[in-house]
Amino acid sequence: MPFRLLKFGLSRNYPEPRMFRSPERLRDSYDVVIIGGGAHGLAAAYYLATEHGIRDVAVLERRYIGHGGTGRNTAIIRSNYLTEEGARFYEFSVDLYRDLARRLDYNLFYSQRGHFTLAHSAAALRTQRWRAAVNRHLGIDSEVVGREFIARTIPEIDLDCGGHQPPIEGALYHPPGAIARHDAVAWAYARGADRAGAEIHQQTAVTGIEVAGGKVAGVHTDRGFIATGKVLSAVAGWTPQVTRMVGLRTPLVVHPLQALVTEPFKPWLDAIVVSASLHTYISQSARGELVAGASLDPYELTAMRSTLEFAEGLAGHMLDLFPCLADVRVLRQWGGLADMTPDFSPIMGTTHVGGFYLDAGWGTWGFKASPASGYTMAHTVAKETDHPLIEAFNLSRFHRFDLVGEKGAASVGH
Amino acid sequence: MKVLTCPVNGPRSIDEFVYGGEVREMPNPAAAGDAEWADYVWCRQGEPGVRREWWYHVPSGTWFVAERDTERDDVLRTYLWGQA
Repeated sequence: MPFRLLKFGLSRNYPEPRMFRSPERLRDSYDVVIIGGGAHGLAAAYYLATEHGIRDVAVLERRYIGHGGTGRNTAIIRSNYLTEEGARFYEFSVDLYRDLARRLDYNLFYSQRGHFTLAHSAAALRTQRWRAAVNRHLGIDSEVVGREFIARTIPEIDLDCGGHQPPIEGALYHPPGAIARHDAVAWAYARGADRAGAEIHQQTAVTGIEVAGGKVAGVHTDRGFIATGKVLSAVAGWTPQVTRMVGLRTPLVVHPLQALVTEPFKPWLDAIVVSASLHTYISQSARGELVAGASLDPYELTAMRSTLEFAEGLAGHMLDLFPCLADVRVLRQWGGLADMTPDFSPIMGTTHVGGFYLDAGWGTWGFKASPASGYTMAHTVAKETDHPLIEAFNLSRFHRFDLVGEKGAASVGH
Repeated sequence: MKVLTCPVNGPRSIDEFVYGGEVREMPNPAAAGDAEWADYVWCRQGEPGVRREWWYHVPSGTWFVAERDTERDDVLRTYLWGQA
């Protein structure tokens, strides 16, 4: 390897193979156009090619792959959700993740850690018992544990939060909870999709969608028009701009969600620790950095900026749980966009515009869903009917007043 | 620190305010069809741009309207309902 590296360093034309091709020309037509080169869109392109033999696919990404939510989340993977529809869907995603590094032949740093959702009140414990019961009914490993178990598994935690917060009374423990390297998920799916025949076009913005007779006819981009009968929108925080192009109204509102990492240090925190009351989730990455996130910013904003108030507030809550971190410095912080739905479940599947498929409403829970979302949306696009796992998530549920309430499990902001 | 101007109390820290969502017009519940009503209950603008929003100044209990650019986070003006 060192010799190869030396040769590479001295080379003039950097012969290292790229992860995927960058086709110079955008063709006049494709069978399927996917808007959004995040993990969801790239996974859908991959599964369209490998599961359904649909290879004439263009993934259009306005910036670079993984620029949006894919590269900005805190990379937690779990399936301990509250509703049957939700838990089944996310469990399918965890199943796909477990085998994904082998299937895509790429190291995703997938690491099973065990996931604790701390309860600081009797009400929180009640929701957790409910979640544990739903999870076990569906065969998902999940149980409510007491203070002794938490103290034994995470010895550094201060169960009484130094008296600054209500003490921790118990936790929902989900052993399959895992983390992965989020950029690698995007790269691996991009390479997989590219090898299977899909084209990935970065720096290509969609400016309009042509609809004729209630059906999609093509996509206008800043590099020209593409004729296509099928468009999949997988742009999360930018969804309202795309749905406007086809005249669809949605319940989505966009809030920033912020996160930070600390300087790296020796591995000491194996578990993923979440406190809904303190609006905090913490894990230690393979690089040794603590990755931590907070709840949504309190008002709507379509800007990926980060604030001092956030870093200050989150650092305070991290110290409530782990006073031992007092001398640790924050390395960097950032913001992403969360497209929130009223019931904290995604919006997926067919729409009343023929050939327009929606993969949106990924709020604060999108990364863990990437494989399942790609898989089920590929099925939906190929068969032109919703995959059974996502029927409950169709946009039409709002007009039927038939919501899938996941607030108790999807988010820390409640 | 971000500052918002309450029409009653003047410029105050954003921490003193609660966001109340976009200003929307309710259709007549007796006359609206199911689709129109569902649209009113659930659907939102979502897209970035200048929009009218409800804000609440917590210490003084004041609801008011702000015109804000939701892409740049600039508040253009604030006023009490009906006093635009």
